[in-house]
Amino acid sequence: MTRIRSYLEAVGEALEQEMRRDPRVVVFGEDNIGGTGCDGRLGNAWGPTQGLHEKFPNQVFDAPITEAAFVGAAVGAAATGLRPVTDLLFVDFMGVCFDQILNQAAKLRYMVGGKARVPLVLRAMWGTGMRRGAQHSQALYPILTHIPGLKVVLPSTPADAKGLLAGAIRDDDPVIFLEHKMLYFSRGEVPEDPYVIPLGVARTVRAGSDCTIVALGRMVHEAARAAEELATEGIECEIVDPRVVSPLDSEAIYASVRRTGYLIVVDEATPRCGLAGDIASLVAANAFDALRGPVRILTSPHAPVPFSPRLEDAYAPSAAQITDAVRSTVRRASHV
Amino acid sequence: MPTKVDANSIDQDQLLALYRTMRTIRVFEERVHVEFPTEAIPGAVHLYVGQEAIATGVCAVLDDADYIASTHRGHGHAIAKGCDVTAMMLEIYGRAGGLCGGKGGSMHIADFDRGMLGANGVAAGGVPLGCGAALSARVRGTDRVAVAFVGDGGANQGSFAESLTLAVVWRLPIIFVVEDNGYAQSTGTRFHLGGRDLAPRAQAVGIPARVIDGYDVLAVRAAATEAVDRARSGNGPTLLDCKAQRFFGHMEGWDQQAYRSAGEVDVLRAEHDPVRLFADRLIRERLAGSEQIAAVDLAVAARIDRAVEEARSAKDPDVDQVLTDVYVDY
Repeated sequence: MTRIRSYLEAVGEALEQEMRRDPRVVVFGEDNIGGTGCDGRLGNAWGPTQGLHEKFPNQVFDAPITEAAFVGAAVGAAATGLRPVTDLLFVDFMGVCFDQILNQAAKLRYMVGGKARVPLVLRAMWGTGMRRGAQHSQALYPILTHIPGLKVVLPSTPADAKGLLAGAIRDDDPVIFLEHKMLYFSRGEVPEDPYVIPLGVARTVRAGSDCTIVALGRMVHEAARAAEELATEGIECEIVDPRVVSPLDSEAIYASVRRTGYLIVVDEATPRCGLAGDIASLVAANAFDALRGPVRILTSPHAPVPFSPRLEDAYAPSAAQITDAVRSTVRRASHV
Repeated sequence: MPTKVDANSIDQDQLLALYRTMRTIRVFEERVHVEFPTEAIPGAVHLYVGQEAIATGVCAVLDDADYIASTHRGHGHAIAKGCDVTAMMLEIYGRAGGLCGGKGGSMHIADFDRGMLGANGVAAGGVPLGCGAALSARVRGTDRVAVAFVGDGGANQGSFAESLTLAVVWRLPIIFVVEDNGYAQSTGTRFHLGGRDLAPRAQAVGIPARVIDGYDVLAVRAAATEAVDRARSGNGPTLLDCKAQRFFGHMEGWDQQAYRSAGEVDVLRAEHDPVRLFADRLIRERLAGSEQIAAVDLAVAARIDRAVEEARSAKDPDVDQVLTDVYVDY
């Protein structure tokens, strides 16, 4: 049965169903129970782990603020028989435990010649829009995507969040699962029964024949708004949401570009050495013959995320910018 | 430091096994030291000579199923945990058939089948992994324990301090074994520890900790027995602050040990050689005959000779191995 759920509820539902299915799935991080060591009631009032501790008291733990220790412990636990889902809260905090992600989780299997598996999920919030400033708003997935050994997942809808998290938990490799904080209260249809979306299969959000828009995370929704407006002008966009950036479903992107001949990549991350440039370069190398005009990339600027609402609203790509980019790309080409 | 452990309380087989392990580490490492300048061994190699009693004393009280997380100076830990010395030598030579298929090398030597979770290229990098193994052991309902080795240098890392906190908060079945060998690369503990011992850092977060003579294998073994019992019975972590200086430099081929005083290593070899001290004691206290010691020495020498011969003649890994084992599935 399918019902309407929020993105946040969908994440919590996947955690609950996977913990019930497999007692090796353990969940820990700061405030994952909340209220531990306090005199009042349970905390973690809005996080996706709310209430899990009561259902699975032996599978949910609170951790002190010791990211290097507990993220590393997730690696060690994963390599010795558990399937930990650990919570970094904000992805920006990977700075304090990056060794455990970069040098331990990502490389352990390789360094031991395949004798270890590291089935861990590292969850974290990312993205702009909540007025949290430069240290709580970043889109750091290009850094993580760069690292062989990691998988990187960026769901954009509640249904994808649930299915991809289940897929991440059942995956035998380390997966970074990034939840956009501005999507937590977005709602959509979510099947009730457990289901798995395989990591590495893109979703076509909208079919169209005039221009391909590859969009990531919250940008999928900006692209959808842009596509609706463009449709009123007779420009039909095809929106591809990779959902997972490592492994990237590049074939789905090439196939779409072969249908439309144009490509706009929309990415909330900063531009240099990023996903947008990477996808543009892959298309140039592998589907150049299908392109009828230059590839456009729309990203945030090469600057930290600002605090002031007026500044932050101007920071990430918007539907209006996407609309302009599509118009100028498709029309310019059609005039030639 | 505690008074000497009564060796008569330990049966002779066990005493000889301790000696055999220490001797194996010693000969393995001395041989790597000799082979390294021939350029047959690639990369970075950090030798354990001088510290043999620590790995040996600790691992002697572990079961096969228990876990250890090691350091960059990890050969001794691997040998003491029962890793095959030939497969280890092949790995250090970067050969096919090495313990990690030639993809880890000295600094990442590991054998999950023996509970050896890996040497580690990052100072204190393995300590949180050890915490994870301890958590895993408990959640899965086993009575296994984990040992996390760390050097005096690595013990200054934030990840080590965080691991102490996590271990005490989660009451993990883990033993932190600090190997204070006097130097973090070429910086002395007198400077970099800002104090003499690491034990008080653990005590500050409520972890029982002791300073141990790291040259005395029976002292290490006795302290480890107590710590492992505590962990196995659900009473949480312990830290052992073991003092034993390394005889070689930080790293082969690079470190001429100019930072040590003239004759410092000669004094160590003459007065603090843990392997010879133990053999002498066994003979002096009539716990083993000199012919038994000589027989162990002969067998160990043959075993290491064979390991080096096999490593020299082993094949390199196939080039297609570059791309395997990055992921289970991608």
